[in-house]
Amino acid sequence: MAEIQIKNVAKSFGAYQALNDINLTIADQEFMVLLGASGCGKSTLLRIIAGLETATSGEVWIGGRRIDHLSPKDRGIAMVFQNYAVFPHLTVFENIGFGLRMQKLPNDEVTRRVERVAGLMHIEMLLKRYSGELSGGQRQRVAVARALAMEPDVILMDEPLSNLDALLRMEMRAELKGVLAESKTTAIYVTHDQVEAMSMADRISVMHEGNIVQAASPIEVYRNPAAEFVASFIGNPPMNFLPANPQGGGKWSVAGQTWDGPATEKPLLQFAIRPEDMMQTEEGLTAIAKVVEPLGAHILVTCDVAGSQFRVILDSEMSVRPGQKLTLSPQPGRARWFDPETTLAVA
Amino acid sequence: MTDTVAIDASADTRKWGKVLYVSTVVFLCAWVLVPIYFLLINTLSSPETVTSFPKPFWPEFDLASLTFFAGFDGMLSALKNSIIVAAMTMVMSIVIGAPAGYALSRFEFRGKGTFRLLILLTRAFPLPLLALPLAVLFIRTGLDDTAFGLALVHTTLAIPFSVLITFSLFSGIPIELEEAAWTLGCNRLTAFQKVVLPLILPGITASAIFAFVISWNEVFAAAVLTIENRTLTAFLLQNLNTSPLHLKFAGGFILVVPALIFIFAVRKYLFAMWGIANR
Repeated sequence: MAEIQIKNVAKSFGAYQALNDINLTIADQEFMVLLGASGCGKSTLLRIIAGLETATSGEVWIGGRRIDHLSPKDRGIAMVFQNYAVFPHLTVFENIGFGLRMQKLPNDEVTRRVERVAGLMHIEMLLKRYSGELSGGQRQRVAVARALAMEPDVILMDEPLSNLDALLRMEMRAELKGVLAESKTTAIYVTHDQVEAMSMADRISVMHEGNIVQAASPIEVYRNPAAEFVASFIGNPPMNFLPANPQGGGKWSVAGQTWDGPATEKPLLQFAIRPEDMMQTEEGLTAIAKVVEPLGAHILVTCDVAGSQFRVILDSEMSVRPGQKLTLSPQPGRARWFDPETTLAVA
Repeated sequence: MTDTVAIDASADTRKWGKVLYVSTVVFLCAWVLVPIYFLLINTLSSPETVTSFPKPFWPEFDLASLTFFAGFDGMLSALKNSIIVAAMTMVMSIVIGAPAGYALSRFEFRGKGTFRLLILLTRAFPLPLLALPLAVLFIRTGLDDTAFGLALVHTTLAIPFSVLITFSLFSGIPIELEEAAWTLGCNRLTAFQKVVLPLILPGITASAIFAFVISWNEVFAAAVLTIENRTLTAFLLQNLNTSPLHLKFAGGFILVVPALIFIFAVRKYLFAMWGIANR
């Protein structure tokens, strides 16, 4: 059992507050992705769990044991680094076996475990090589194999795929997910790539300016963003926003249209909708198409709605020309509402 | 037509640029190599040839001058002293300099930039100014005329270089390699032993050899601070003043050649000191 509990962890570098009071529980064998733009504190949080960085305050527990005072080697973790960190003076075999040798395991046990994980990562034929003779993708496999060979309770990954080219990244994504699921370790995976986060995670923690804004399943994060930041960060393109004025009785006026919304007394809300959740209707928002980008199955139309930019994704069967007037309505149940004061979602 | 003229003009500029480049290189090489060449010729010539003119182009391979030196009284013990002092300097400058280089490259601390500058500034301080107080201090503490005392002074001279070279070496090793080692069961010390050390060992060796050469070549402190236990430089300085020309050449040769060989062996790492080699 390796449940991770992060309790009130904060970190400041001088006057700069990198993490504010982070609380997060990651279940045993869960694949948790920390997602955010660079500088949001996701790597700092990972490094605090790894013991490479010391938290200013707060506690980290792994498997019911408080570990934030321990050095990295005593935490039962293994880490995969962004730039692979494969030791250049050792062969691939000795790289993978490095941690096992440090544990003073007998030779045949080291060989057995190295060969097993090398098989998992499909690098059996590289065992005698040095890192200088490997491609980026191969080095990344070695780095993952080295972490897996430790048979850790928790595996921590810091943007492990970001140095690979797009095609290789997609391939490794699926492979890594499979290998990790099989190894039954708890995994924390840091990335700024939302596609990676969506496709790999059991749960995503969206981070922003040193806070966890939302921690939920990928679909939940996508469908029900807990805050405006999440709505504007997740999705490509992200959600559209329009101001909504109260009409009383749960009715809200959005760009001249009156739609059902939350029954709250707020003086102003933000109406938010995913680009693919708008459809063309007889009556609805008046949108002037500005740019039309064919994407294959769909077209992405950037429009002007009451002076704000508004993107919709429509079926590519539709022929839309720039300057054309569209009337659009949200698909039922897909509109979201945010309080501009707190930026949080309003049900 | 105008096009070809323009091309000709630029080709012309390039040609002259190349001529200038090559002649500068040749001039600089000659600047260094010609004196060494004369040193070699004169060392390997008989005393008569040394004083004659014009010089022969090829050395005569007359080893009389060198043999004379080998048999010269005090020469061997001076050589031994030089090696002892240089070896001590080498060890001390690495033992003191490498941790400083590591700290400079790995840790952020207040006054880091100033510290780096100050290290270099120690080289700007003229040794002759220090010589008298040092001599007095050494006599009081009993360090005068000892190999260790002189090695201390030489270490002071060599440390700026060993700090800067090792700083550059450590900076060339990504911190992630160490961090990876920490997560794989190492503490700071074992990570250093198993990961950092093997990677920088060639560079450290080079830095050590450089310290050796600095000590080997140093004459001023050696002449002031030793009397009985002279190093080779101080010994030759003392004796060559009154020697005939061919012996001066031979003495110079004996001093220059080991230093040249050492420096040649570690040239790559001297560039590293200025942060070129690792890029």
